[in-house]
Amino acid sequence: MKRRTGVLSIKNRKKFLDIATLIFIILLAAVFLMPTILTFANSFMTSNEISANYGTMFSNMTENKKTFISSNVNLKFIPDKVTFDQYKAVLIQNSDYLIKFWNSVLLTVPITVFQMLVAILTSYGFSRYPNRFKGIIFFAYIILMIMPYQVTLVPNFLVAEKFNILNTRSAIILPAVFSPFSIFLLTKVMRRIPVSYVEAAKLDGAGELKILTKIYIPLCKGAIVSIAMLVFIDYWNMVEQPLVLMKENTLHPLSVFLSQINTGDIGLAFAVGSVYMIPTVLMFLYGEDYLVEGITYSGGIKG
Amino acid sequence: MRNKTKNQCGRKGERIFSNVCVLPSLIGVMIFFLVPFCIVVYYSLISNPVTKEFVGLENYTKLFSNAAFTKAAKNTAFFSLVAVPLSVILSLGLAMLLERNIPGKSVFRTFFLSPLMVPTASVVLVWQVLFHNHGTINQIIEHFGGQGIDWIKSPHGQVVIICMFLWKNLGYNMILFMSALCAIPRDIIEVAELEGAGSFYQFVHIKLRYLSPTILFVLILSLINSFKIFREVYLLTGNYPQEKLYMLQHFMNNTFNSLDYQKLSAAAVLFALLMIVIMAILLAAENIFGKDVEN
Repeated sequence: MKRRTGVLSIKNRKKFLDIATLIFIILLAAVFLMPTILTFANSFMTSNEISANYGTMFSNMTENKKTFISSNVNLKFIPDKVTFDQYKAVLIQNSDYLIKFWNSVLLTVPITVFQMLVAILTSYGFSRYPNRFKGIIFFAYIILMIMPYQVTLVPNFLVAEKFNILNTRSAIILPAVFSPFSIFLLTKVMRRIPVSYVEAAKLDGAGELKILTKIYIPLCKGAIVSIAMLVFIDYWNMVEQPLVLMKENTLHPLSVFLSQINTGDIGLAFAVGSVYMIPTVLMFLYGEDYLVEGITYSGGIKG
Repeated sequence: MRNKTKNQCGRKGERIFSNVCVLPSLIGVMIFFLVPFCIVVYYSLISNPVTKEFVGLENYTKLFSNAAFTKAAKNTAFFSLVAVPLSVILSLGLAMLLERNIPGKSVFRTFFLSPLMVPTASVVLVWQVLFHNHGTINQIIEHFGGQGIDWIKSPHGQVVIICMFLWKNLGYNMILFMSALCAIPRDIIEVAELEGAGSFYQFVHIKLRYLSPTILFVLILSLINSFKIFREVYLLTGNYPQEKLYMLQHFMNNTFNSLDYQKLSAAAVLFALLMIVIMAILLAAENIFGKDVEN
């Protein structure tokens, strides 16, 4: 009898710990989810409600035009009145936002696609027949990958000037295509492909090109999709590159515009943010499993 | 990795093909990064682009006596030294928590990944609302009788950025750790349990051993992301933030805008050298810790 209660209490303790963990995780998850929900929820507010709640933050700019209900900045999730006015203003009344959105697409999609193509080819090269020379190049790529954008800013600028592509999309796209981040990740995945697969294919008479297209790419599909998602998200939010390399702001992506809207027309910021979120949300809906399962890197640096 | 070396004796044509595969990327990197970076090194050694007088290390010594540079370097170093280990530890902790018996795991996973979806600029807006002088956090503090501070402008400004960094990156790091935890062989843990090893012993002697490559990997990713957080800081505070938030990237950005290429080049070269040293250390660490796990 005594022994049974002992077992039970251990069980109870475990259950208690599980529940405590669950509560903790729920709270933490709420914190993580908060900005996403806030952006979406506030996109249905009227401009007046937004400036009433958040206006004080930019009071030095708008103080002469409006009076605020309170001096506090109020975090508000549920709008007093649900309207689509913001969306109307963003999508219908002013074509500016859609043009910028399109600018973002024209920059981010080519960068992602071509960077992945280069990465697939290069990673294949790195993972097959490694030698000293490749090892050195790979190390150089890792160093390059770590550099913040500001370090490569002058090199980028110099090249753009030399090739006369300053103020064009190519000035951003071309260097980004050769950014080694995806090569680093993909090489690590490809190095884990068992040699036996390759040997078997070779016995069947497959050439190197066939090994790449029929074995490596299908096996790495998950990783390729997940890396492409990371690359897309990174460039979808770019701010520094266009500011430096494109003086002409008609070519600027929406991310740059969005970052400037914050200080100006705050009433529309949430709707623009929500619209800008659509591609990444769709990607998550369709590709989250890839993002989670595609990443089974062995870890480490060399892989 | 080890048994792959057996496969080294491929036919010559195959080896050449694998080298050719690397070529396009190598040419691209040469043109867009390496060659211009050599020019940057050259710039860092001359007095100005017009007279092109060779001045040796003068630009570097000038840099070290530059107050803005030393301040920026200190801030960036502090941020990375705090934020990177913190993100490794917290994301590992989170992954282990989610390993417990919890319903709806995949839903939580999505929630923790959600920061990746939100546009950076929108996030910055939300953070401004939270950490504003009259913002949500201060309201909560004042509700409980505390004294709020203007977070972004205060000496605690780095707290805001560290929170932002963790919020954005914990989810992805957590996923990396979760898949690494899954990959630890069950039987080893079971044997340890049978032998009476406590969970702490198991963690230190078994799990950490198996996780060490992933820890290293997350460390590098976090380092990269810790430099990328500049985007948020920049959007939050502009070109000239308060003293504690003035990062190395601000310094480089501003010297670029004022066309002071000599100063900027010297800073960029120094930064690159530091990264080479750090990577060499990490590689050495991998060679020491990684070996007994791999085989």
